[in-house]
Amino acid sequence: MNSRNFSAQVRPLFDQVADHLLGQLHAGEEATLNLTAEDSLYVRFNGNRVRQNTDVTQIQLALRLQSQGRTVEQARNLSGVVGTDCAAMIALLANCRAEIAVLPADPNQVPIANNGTSAEEFKGVLPAMQDIVSAVVTTAEGCDLVGLYCAGTMLRGNRNSKGQSHWFATDSFFLDYSLYDGTKAAKGSYAGSHWDASAWAANLAQTKLMLQLLGRPVQDVKAGKYRTYLAPRAFSDLLGMLGWNALSAAAWKQGRSPFKKLAEGEARLSPLLCISENFGLGLTPRFNSLGEVFATTLPLIEQGELKNLLVSSRSAKEYGLKANAAAEAEAPRAMDVAPGVLAAEHVLKELGTGLYLSNLHYLNWSDQVSARVTGMTRYACFWVEGGEIRGPINNLRWDESLFDALGPDLIALTSQLEIDPAVETYGQRALGGSRTPGALIADFTFTL
Amino acid sequence: MLNSTDAAQDALKQARQSADWAGLRYSRETTRRREVRNDRPEKNESTLDEGVTCEVLVDGHFGYAASADVSAAGLKRAFERAITTSRATSGHKVHAFSLSARPQAQGQYQSPYQKKLDDTTLTEITDCLLAASRAMQVSELVVNRRACATTIQTRIDYFSSNGADTRQSFDMVDIELAATAVQGVQSQSRSWSHTGQFGGEAFDRHTLAEQARRIAGEALELLAAPNCPSLRMDLILLPDQMMLQIHESIGHPLELDRILGDERNYAGWSFVKPADFGSLQYGSALMNITFDPTKAGSLASYAFDDGGNPARREFLIEKGVLKRGLGSLESQQRSGLAGVANFRSASWNRAPIDRMANVNLEAGTSTLQELIGGVQNGILMGTNRSWSIDDYRNKFQFGCERGQLIKDGQLGPVVRNPNYRGVTVDFWNKLAGVGCEVSTYGTRFCGKGEPNQVIRVGHSSPACLFRGVEVFGGQS
Repeated sequence: MNSRNFSAQVRPLFDQVADHLLGQLHAGEEATLNLTAEDSLYVRFNGNRVRQNTDVTQIQLALRLQSQGRTVEQARNLSGVVGTDCAAMIALLANCRAEIAVLPADPNQVPIANNGTSAEEFKGVLPAMQDIVSAVVTTAEGCDLVGLYCAGTMLRGNRNSKGQSHWFATDSFFLDYSLYDGTKAAKGSYAGSHWDASAWAANLAQTKLMLQLLGRPVQDVKAGKYRTYLAPRAFSDLLGMLGWNALSAAAWKQGRSPFKKLAEGEARLSPLLCISENFGLGLTPRFNSLGEVFATTLPLIEQGELKNLLVSSRSAKEYGLKANAAAEAEAPRAMDVAPGVLAAEHVLKELGTGLYLSNLHYLNWSDQVSARVTGMTRYACFWVEGGEIRGPINNLRWDESLFDALGPDLIALTSQLEIDPAVETYGQRALGGSRTPGALIADFTFTL
Repeated sequence: MLNSTDAAQDALKQARQSADWAGLRYSRETTRRREVRNDRPEKNESTLDEGVTCEVLVDGHFGYAASADVSAAGLKRAFERAITTSRATSGHKVHAFSLSARPQAQGQYQSPYQKKLDDTTLTEITDCLLAASRAMQVSELVVNRRACATTIQTRIDYFSSNGADTRQSFDMVDIELAATAVQGVQSQSRSWSHTGQFGGEAFDRHTLAEQARRIAGEALELLAAPNCPSLRMDLILLPDQMMLQIHESIGHPLELDRILGDERNYAGWSFVKPADFGSLQYGSALMNITFDPTKAGSLASYAFDDGGNPARREFLIEKGVLKRGLGSLESQQRSGLAGVANFRSASWNRAPIDRMANVNLEAGTSTLQELIGGVQNGILMGTNRSWSIDDYRNKFQFGCERGQLIKDGQLGPVVRNPNYRGVTVDFWNKLAGVGCEVSTYGTRFCGKGEPNQVIRVGHSSPACLFRGVEVFGGQS
């Protein structure tokens, strides 16, 4: 790749490699190709200084070959040079054929089909690499800022031997950061597709205000049950656990779902709770690795009742269910929680006396059958009395069943929603995210 | 494939014209994942991940560019990007590094094996996994029988403008078996893993089938077992849970980059302060912890870290006293503290940071029977299933797959959903017995860093006894 017009370079490369490869298939062979790529700048900050900067260009192409009722998938990096990459993918095709020859048949194989064609490109205006560090640190001068700035183009492509073709390209950035004052910290996040210096300054000012509140006297809160407000980011952290097998049809059938009781009618959640997959948020492409296109919206939980699990075509085939174009992992990709009626300005008054939690940390199922989750409080978390913030707390461990917290103990959801874009960067930048309100919960259990 | 050492040297020479130093790390990793579920093939996937990290030192600041184009032209472009970006950011660098952070290392490493991994065929692996899957079919209540094997073959070549030249090759195997038994809304799982730097000898059909049969039977046993009681009692942790206990409450808090604050926006900070080294009584006098990337067969063994620092075994904690942190040469320059060779990256597309590699608890003198015999009222737990700890690595809560009560020095009934919680230094000071038989485990999925990186770690430990721990069960 010679310049930064990444999408315009990679798409023809993808098409040329795909055309060449799919043209080499033998009779009885079908294939799907999935491309993921990014051209990203990562800058890591500590103490409002640069710790590390890494410039990453990567293109990965995965080939799924199906033949004789067998499936093999092999992936590799592409160099960006058409001739080199065509030859490399032909070698991969030969490897796939050799493996198919010795594997047993796969009765749950999903036949390759033409699920249509789509193309989406979201152009952005990203700051020049030479300018970004100054833009961040000058505005944050005097702050102990730590975090990650990430910007660039992300691509997803899909082609198959039945003629299917999908393309998704987006330019975006995020600055996921914390401001520290000694050992206390407030979390901030500024993300988008058009960098705006004044919006960044306003975002930082808001986080500074939160940090100021942490300067009040620390409140000693013992383990126990407390009325608790989860700000949208904290509620997003909690609902993120639904992506850990809770809404997966395969996990349910295999005895691994924490929502087994919900799926089998032995539990229900609060009628206040409505959760859907909403690809209208524009956070991620609608097509999955098979090229199946998800509905724009799909209700998952409606007024506390489970309406739909996420069902991949493979699970549908194995268990006789109806597929809904879920990704293989059967986890939400664009979770959207409907708002409630609690106005943001009334949150403290309605909380009365209890805990205000801005963020949660390190969540995990602690008792799967009862959908119990443990985790920690983190960042700006406060003790509130008589509707007023008294001061920050030391971090607390909590351990709570979602059947309670999202069930009879759910008092209210806020009318204001916040988008929490994915900021994971394992291997490559992630797409997706969620939109959630804040949640007021009775008797949230704190243990340590 | 990187064409030749000459190509690397040419690229370094060219980069050196604009940078104070240049390094090049070529990585080629093939990961093959084979999975059988309920006697049917579930996944046969392979990934070839190949690329180069071009690293430069500009005005005391190390910066990186990563590319999968390993041609001469690709290397040149990547170095140009690294130099341009690093020059633009070096004015705001966190520390002015000297070249002593990149020693002139030379040498080779090949992970040990009895049978070459390449000589083990897909047919042999599939046969082993099918045998394991079938062996788990001990009851219709065992609804999910999963057998999975991942083989990883990695080559890392590292060259630098000051003469470093290291070539390391790794063969790794990660075998996982899991059985889930279901009755009504109740569900219990047992698992077994075999993870490390091995060759094809890891694929022993008889061993896999035997372990598969055992865990399926234990999943059934758990389904019928009572819930773990909620009490403060003595706790014996088997090595497959000690692994997690060491990892979360010793490994991470001792990472010097955490102590220096790099991780504060992601994984978190540390309760350990620089002044604690040499004085903090981290645990009881029975506690001896080593960093040991030289342990043969352990998952995270190597001869050099990704900055060319030669690997050595070092005591981190001796007789319970904190001695040394897990910090690379860069972290040692920044903090002035002693460290280890642990500057490691997940792949060619990430910059190295402080990682824990193999962190081990050294053997004591007690047999498991002697540990059990010393417990009046307690519980034995094995195999991690739930983990969570705060961002300073203090308050933890861990859950295990299987518990077994101990009364008056004798093992009693099996209990399900066993969990325990505690605070790190208080917990390790309750260490009252250390077993004499060490087992080694590993995981490929230790997450850390911004941008995020997963890396392989290994942990060896005997069974250990802790006095007076808060133990509890599930709600079900």
